[in-house]
Amino acid sequence: MRYSLNLLVPGMVLAVSVACVAALAQTPTYNVGRTPSKEEIQAWDIAVSPAGKELPPGSGTVPEGAKVYAQKCSRCHGPTGTEPGPVRPLVGGQGTLATLNPLRTIGSYWPFATTLWDYINRAMPRTEEGSLQPGEVYALTAFLLFQNGIIQESDVLDAKSLPKVQMPNRSGFVPPEPGWKPREKRPFGFYP
Amino acid sequence: MKTQGLGRRRFLKEGVGLAGLAVGAMRSASGQTLGSAIPEARPLDSLRAYGERSRFVDSVRTPVEGKPVPFYTKLTLTPLQDSIGIITPSALHFVSSHGFDPPEIDPRQHRLMIHGMVDRPLIFTVEELQRLPSVSRIHGIECAGNSYLFLADRKAKTVQETHGKTSCSEWTGVLLSLLLREAGVQKGGNWIVAEGAEAGKHSMSFPVEKGLDDVIVAYGQNGEPVRPEQGYPLRLVIPGWEGTRNIKWLRRIKVGDQPYMTKFESTGYPSLRPDGKSRWFLFEMGPKSVITFPSGEQRLPGRGFYEITGLAWSGRGAIRRVEVSTDGGRSWKDAQLQEPVLRIAHTRFRFPWNWDGEEAMLQCRCTDDLGDVQPSLAELGKLWGVKPDYWLSTTNFTNHFNAIQPWKVNRDGSVHNAIFS
Repeated sequence: MRYSLNLLVPGMVLAVSVACVAALAQTPTYNVGRTPSKEEIQAWDIAVSPAGKELPPGSGTVPEGAKVYAQKCSRCHGPTGTEPGPVRPLVGGQGTLATLNPLRTIGSYWPFATTLWDYINRAMPRTEEGSLQPGEVYALTAFLLFQNGIIQESDVLDAKSLPKVQMPNRSGFVPPEPGWKPREKRPFGFYP
Repeated sequence: MKTQGLGRRRFLKEGVGLAGLAVGAMRSASGQTLGSAIPEARPLDSLRAYGERSRFVDSVRTPVEGKPVPFYTKLTLTPLQDSIGIITPSALHFVSSHGFDPPEIDPRQHRLMIHGMVDRPLIFTVEELQRLPSVSRIHGIECAGNSYLFLADRKAKTVQETHGKTSCSEWTGVLLSLLLREAGVQKGGNWIVAEGAEAGKHSMSFPVEKGLDDVIVAYGQNGEPVRPEQGYPLRLVIPGWEGTRNIKWLRRIKVGDQPYMTKFESTGYPSLRPDGKSRWFLFEMGPKSVITFPSGEQRLPGRGFYEITGLAWSGRGAIRRVEVSTDGGRSWKDAQLQEPVLRIAHTRFRFPWNWDGEEAMLQCRCTDDLGDVQPSLAELGKLWGVKPDYWLSTTNFTNHFNAIQPWKVNRDGSVHNAIFS
């Protein structure tokens, strides 16, 4: 009897404290800050994930993208995106990853096409970041994927078709599913 | 500080206390100019509203533009050769911001939004965050490319050029775990994407598990507001993880069910191996250490006693041990760790050395409290199945590179980067 009581008491304490933690997690403690409006969230929420749920309406074609590219991108990236200009080439490099001179481009390296949309939309063109309309971003994405031989010239990109684009180096990353555990055992020389 | 002067100033400061090591100390101390009159001290204005360092101290960050980084990537490197103790002065903290200049942000206009898979989306002013319970913790932040920049073209001569993309500060702010609990993370909300307010809106993902552990939304750095180059008015400090994830000018935290695969995490920062496969989401920086004195391009004024000193750190815990070799790795001896020895922070080590005037190869390696040991270049080569000269002949850029850094001392006292010799 004595033993079972001893076992029981810590068990009860544990149960109570777990309940407290769970309760804490459910209700705010400090009530500082305010609730943003739906419009505020929408205006700020520019991140696009591989599933593409956040992609806005609109669409773009390769010829449209070629036009925007010539106007807004070629100054830094060169007329076709293959040039080793001031920035790294956007096009080419397939088959070079396992050589001494690997060329990481959209076509040879990028695992997700949505990343291209996200980055053009948030950070390009330099000095006018965030100024492109969704249709222009779809068009530029289409043009660059076409230049890399990933889509056809007649393909149209929109919120539905873009996340379905298969990138050539999609399986080039280890581990396949990123993850992390605190203080996991690492083999010697794990880094880099 | 001029690199050449460092050794001498150290003697001026410490020479008296080393009288017991008379032979070495006296010889080296002969480097002093013979004392004429005691110099007259010029008075300074004691009422300066914001103090400045002595005009005799000229240690500065050095800028890097152009190759080997794309033209739009601007960096400045911390002068580790002049570092004292473990804290990096805020004005000397390295800067890397993916090509976008630090924005000037009015803190009254700045907001932090937390949304996505949470029960209660929230938006905070900086003042509101400062009302919440705070923490102050000393942590280093290291760029994933640290100690690799310039490696392949042999242009890294000083420790500032080899290892100047790490700095250590006391960070003050609110734990992200507190904010996440206020917002209430929903089931399945396993990832966070964080975003800055600068022109390029730099963004990176990390697991919620880390966010609930030790991540700080920092507004303070070394006893004052975070510097503009470091993210004023708010930045993330993700202890031990590659610098690029420690989002500066933090404006948004979104909880989702997957990593967002932002440009930098899925294309720029993965470590590409010679077989063409990449390790991605490496997150933590491995154990690393470097001798800061004597280091590349410094000159020892003569044989005799020198205290070798340097910094060690690990992105996974506290430094448990630093070993020093002065004979090219044939023998290793434990260095003394200087208190405080903190988790995920620069740790200063010291090692007494009497230089006999002959060629010497100085190196250090560290072990953290998980038992992880810093590898040599040869050991890394073996693991990668390449010869060490792979890193000389490839244009591949290896992030998270943490090989042992050797410095060669020549007979004339000059010190050189010897990683490939």
